[in-house]
Amino acid sequence: MDTVILARAQFAFTVSFHFIFPSFSIGLASYLFVLEALWLKTGRGVYANLYRYWLKIFAVVFGMGVVSGLVMSYEFGTNWSVFSAKAGPVVGPLMAYEVLTAFFLEAGFLGVMLFGIRKVGRELHFLATAMVALGTLISATWILSVNSWMQTPAGFAINARGQFVPAGSWLPIIFNPSFPFRLVHTVIASYLTTSLAVGGVAAFHLLRDRTNLGARTMFSMAMWMAALVAPLQILAGDAHGLNTLEHQPAKVLAMEGDFEPSPRGAPLILFGLPDDAAARVRYAVEIPHAGSLILKHDPNAPLPGLKAFAKDRRPPVAIVFWSFRIMVGLGAAMLGLGVFSLVARARGRLHEWPWLHRAAVAMGPAGFVAVIAGWVTTEVGRQPYTVYGQLLTAQSHSPLAAPALAASLLAFVVVYFVVFGAGVLYLLRLMSRPPAPHEAEPPHVPDRAAGITPAPGVDPPLPSPVA
Amino acid sequence: MPHLDITIIWALIIAFAVFAYVVMDGFDLGIGLLFPSLAVGESRDQAMNSIAPVWDGNETWLVMGGGGLFAAFPLAYAIILPATYPLMIAMLLGLVFRGVAFEFRWRDPDHRPLWDAAFTLGSLTAALAQGITLGALLQGVKVADDAYAGGWLDWLSPFSLLTGVALTIGYGLLGATWLIWKTEGETQARARRLALWLGGATLLALAAVSAATPLLHYDYWRRWFTPPSVFLTAQVPLLVLICGGVFFWSLRRGAERLPFLMTLALFALGFVGLGISIFPYVVPRSVTIWEAASPPSSQMFMLAGAVVIIPLILAYTGWAYWVFRGKVALDHPHE
Repeated sequence: MDTVILARAQFAFTVSFHFIFPSFSIGLASYLFVLEALWLKTGRGVYANLYRYWLKIFAVVFGMGVVSGLVMSYEFGTNWSVFSAKAGPVVGPLMAYEVLTAFFLEAGFLGVMLFGIRKVGRELHFLATAMVALGTLISATWILSVNSWMQTPAGFAINARGQFVPAGSWLPIIFNPSFPFRLVHTVIASYLTTSLAVGGVAAFHLLRDRTNLGARTMFSMAMWMAALVAPLQILAGDAHGLNTLEHQPAKVLAMEGDFEPSPRGAPLILFGLPDDAAARVRYAVEIPHAGSLILKHDPNAPLPGLKAFAKDRRPPVAIVFWSFRIMVGLGAAMLGLGVFSLVARARGRLHEWPWLHRAAVAMGPAGFVAVIAGWVTTEVGRQPYTVYGQLLTAQSHSPLAAPALAASLLAFVVVYFVVFGAGVLYLLRLMSRPPAPHEAEPPHVPDRAAGITPAPGVDPPLPSPVA
Repeated sequence: MPHLDITIIWALIIAFAVFAYVVMDGFDLGIGLLFPSLAVGESRDQAMNSIAPVWDGNETWLVMGGGGLFAAFPLAYAIILPATYPLMIAMLLGLVFRGVAFEFRWRDPDHRPLWDAAFTLGSLTAALAQGITLGALLQGVKVADDAYAGGWLDWLSPFSLLTGVALTIGYGLLGATWLIWKTEGETQARARRLALWLGGATLLALAAVSAATPLLHYDYWRRWFTPPSVFLTAQVPLLVLICGGVFFWSLRRGAERLPFLMTLALFALGFVGLGISIFPYVVPRSVTIWEAASPPSSQMFMLAGAVVIIPLILAYTGWAYWVFRGKVALDHPHE
């Protein structure tokens, strides 16, 4: 088999698996920060309990993110050595800053966050939580700057060895044209994903026992977040789309399935079967002029077609077309859930409406699917380039033998499914236990977590019994 | 003689990151290696808890080493990783198993023996892969047109296997001496017995690698044995002997911290020895640090941040170690 295809398959597999975890841990770290802040401010035990509840989940998610992320930091070299040698002088320093300003910060304070509350006191422990949360956001900032530079390269020159080097200031490299849009879109996606996951868990427990104080509190928090952030995300996504149309038109045309130019306004193709070979979308269901309305905010604005690009310079349309629809469809469903929760809240039935809770459970995993679909859209849409318009994917890979790549791809698939499959199972097991009540916050129901002695401010045991 | 330029500073920073990784994750991996010899229950829990709060930070130095190489010496990164491809993949997968075991063994008591085995096998795979990589680099990799030009199993040789075993033994010693420091009672006594054997084995392994390296290439021989440099280089084995002597003496006297510190010193001396053999190459005898370097603007941009941030990292990492200072106590929140 082709080594480029194998190298891409392996990278796509490992990076997709990896990103599921940070898209949760970025949001969860901020949620834990909010919970601990509320606990310190109000002294209400329910916040301490929820903190403990989600901290155990965070520990598992973060651990899986760390080990799958370590793989990524070496795969640039193992799979894409030519890209690394050429783009290293530009993207390498940004990633080095990610390590220096984010990874060490997260890792350094994680131990205190997980195991240190009885050793350092509340304020320092809160500082540790804050630093871990800050670390996840700084990490997102740098890595999205790198990714965005690969999408919309700027501020570079090519030296005698064919390497990308900084042309002068680093600012145009870091703040390349798509970076602010991608950063906002991705961080909001993490918050939305987390709010849906938290809301799903809370709703699951409300369906069984709507008096559980912890479940009630976190359901309300999660639904506020979803209701506020889902519309923001749609606005951010729209702005990101306009930015992409400006800098990577082929990607947007692939998302839309627009092979033909539309001089008098493009239709919006809702569904259809894109056919790359024939350069058309079969069985298309269209809304006239809606495509231009969305992309240009003007129904009659002309749009080019993919046919304006050489065949070997177009991304594979079917994948991009469908992954984009999955993301947008789920985004609309998230908005629907947010509105539903607002209606329920207005009627005073937020905690009493089983259909809302069922919908929230169903939408629990939606964020993860949408995030992966979004990444597939943007990364496959960047093809056939690693550095858009500058360096072809087919010229970026390592000089590796196909058997080495095939064997390692198989090993990654087996190990990831076994290890992360077990991890997801443990997460679901943790989530299936209702948040246990706190001493100071009288429980509405008898303590179900028999055998656990609640300590002040701490109920279930910490992940590891360090004194 | 090259003057002290920014490329040398970056070589030193990356060397520091690699050394920090080797000794800090070295004792984590060593504990993984020794895990089967510890009694199930309290001893294993104690050993695991002695590193649970710090292993993630320790492992981050590996990301720093790799990421730093990518940024400051992209050509070296692009040559070394394809050259050692199967080793890198094995190491990463080993570290996956090792890393998740910290959480998973507490989450799933029914399958704890399984995750404990994953902890040990993951640690063993990572340790061997790192040691073999060292040997593969020392024996040299084929480079043509700024890219790796060899096959995917070129790294495999008796010498690289020797360095693989040697580093693994050394990690075992780091783990054992860390346990002497951080535990007490039965676990500590067990670690002390292990350290005695592993100390002897580490010195033998160090001697074997040191004897075999100059035989690989005349260049290594010349660096170590031609006057006048021999008067300087001879200090390294001399110091190794002194540290080894202090190590055994401290072990017999029942010291708790000194065996670990002496093991660190042995690793530091081994590292200096590697520096003497390799500098100024980054891919030994093929590519020097200046040939592999990214442009000064890239290195300068990073250095501006690194000089402020690295001391900060050391400060808060030191604080985290301080928070968890002293012996690992076992309390039983489950009862």
